[in-house]
Amino acid sequence: MTLSRIAPYLQATPLTLILAAFLVLPIATITMVSFWDYDSIQIFPAFVFTNYEETITSPVTWNTYINTLKFTVIVWAVTLLVGFWVAYYLAFHIRSATAQMVLFLVCTIPFLTSNIIRMISWIPFLGRNGLLNQTLMQLGIINQPLEFLLFSDFAVVLAMVHLYTLFMVTPIFNTLMRIDRALIEAARDAGASGWQILTNVIIPLAKPGIAIGSIFVVTLVMGDFITVRFMSGGQSASVGLMMANQIALLQYPAAAANAVILLILVLLLVGAILRIVNIRKEL
Amino acid sequence: MNSERRGPGFYVLTAFFALFVLFLYGPMTTIFILSFQGPNGGLTFPMNGTSLRWFRNLLFEQQAVGDFGGAFTRSLVLGIMTMLTTVVVSLLAGLAFRRRFLGSGPLFYLTIASLIVPSILISLGIGLAFQVFGLEPAWYSSAFGAHLTWTLPFGLLIMFAVFNRFNPAYEEAARDLGATPWQTFAHVVLPIILPSLVGVGLFGFTLSYDEFARTLMTSGTFNTLPLEIYGMTTNVTTPVLYALGTVTTLFSMGIILLALGTIAVLRKRRARRIAG
Repeated sequence: MTLSRIAPYLQATPLTLILAAFLVLPIATITMVSFWDYDSIQIFPAFVFTNYEETITSPVTWNTYINTLKFTVIVWAVTLLVGFWVAYYLAFHIRSATAQMVLFLVCTIPFLTSNIIRMISWIPFLGRNGLLNQTLMQLGIINQPLEFLLFSDFAVVLAMVHLYTLFMVTPIFNTLMRIDRALIEAARDAGASGWQILTNVIIPLAKPGIAIGSIFVVTLVMGDFITVRFMSGGQSASVGLMMANQIALLQYPAAAANAVILLILVLLLVGAILRIVNIRKEL
Repeated sequence: MNSERRGPGFYVLTAFFALFVLFLYGPMTTIFILSFQGPNGGLTFPMNGTSLRWFRNLLFEQQAVGDFGGAFTRSLVLGIMTMLTTVVVSLLAGLAFRRRFLGSGPLFYLTIASLIVPSILISLGIGLAFQVFGLEPAWYSSAFGAHLTWTLPFGLLIMFAVFNRFNPAYEEAARDLGATPWQTFAHVVLPIILPSLVGVGLFGFTLSYDEFARTLMTSGTFNTLPLEIYGMTTNVTTPVLYALGTVTTLFSMGIILLALGTIAVLRKRRARRIAG
């Protein structure tokens, strides 16, 4: 009898230990190091606020954070729009369960392949002599290749939408599948138009899924640095990229202070989303 | 809804969905094609003849930079380690969460936090923690831990979904027939949830195999494959890059199909057993 009482504790122990060692401890270390001091060759224990001061008072930081938020808002809006309609199509327009599963897998498979490769794969498409420019020139729509396609903010947003839309599709699809079809039937019998059904029945019921998807996309974009570095060709900035550069220069305390600020900002954004939508019943 | 005629909305959304699929697969297809570029071909179209030159270059010739074979082996081993650990730990935690226990709330929020904390923070944090404690980061220790913080939350969420739909009557029946808790688990629970565990394993492997940001600061001296590929993007200007992309993507797809096939076989076998 006692074994069955302590069983859940034993079963939860490995997860607890792993998260303590590789999540809690590292974040505690970051917080600690953010108060340390450093020079050009090493970091040393101290309790100074200079890292935070320098980070917060620098206009570069502010611009970088604003740029990151700009990416976040744009990518969030696009992935929400695309993700919702893809999920809606799969949930309400595909009639056989098998077709639904197959099409869902078709959407999922690219997300289980390498992000880096998926970014590289835009080069022959968007580049100066890429497929898109060649086609547009052949059609006579443009005379000179468009320069803004690759290595620009446009490319960053495109790649992020390409990489992260599934994180929106899956949770929304999940909530849409749980909507009782009788509710839609009832709304139609009561005389609601298709648009009214969408805005008054489906979207309110899909809110938890939209919230979960939004949390995924917002946190992924806020912390991203590799997409920004690769797709902007070093011409755009993000908080993650700023941290990566500080790390490369061995300015760990500065990177740590940045990390703490980023973490607080991300948690505030997630908190705001959870405030608007209650996702408890989804979990 | 099923009895209705297709409205115009259906055709608009079908076109939209088709465009979305094209958007997902189009770029990948272009590098598949370009990896068969002729010996004198470049990184963009047109194709300058076709050849297997870049695959040969990738697989059999010494690269000017990088160590493709070593990086692949490390990523493969790390992926398998992460996969096995994710399956076992998520399953155990999933079982624990079926009952109330002290601290279940905080542990749940901690797991969710693990999903939300940006990857680069985990990377920096583990890198710093190893440095502070005087440990040498390596792909099999620090990077392994970093990958687990990303795969375990997914594993646990899948287990939640599984156990929410799990009918406890099966276990009660087994217990009534005199099965021990272990027998109940091994002969009743495990066979039912096995397809989902394959899914957890697939997530564990592919997320680890493709992980970049979490590995950046934690891999130590030797690169994993995504780091190696990233290094190549800054140095390599021949289609060998695309050949590498094609090979690793085909490998990933092979793993995905293998997992999906296994799930399908397990489901079918179970359905047959129930019917027979």
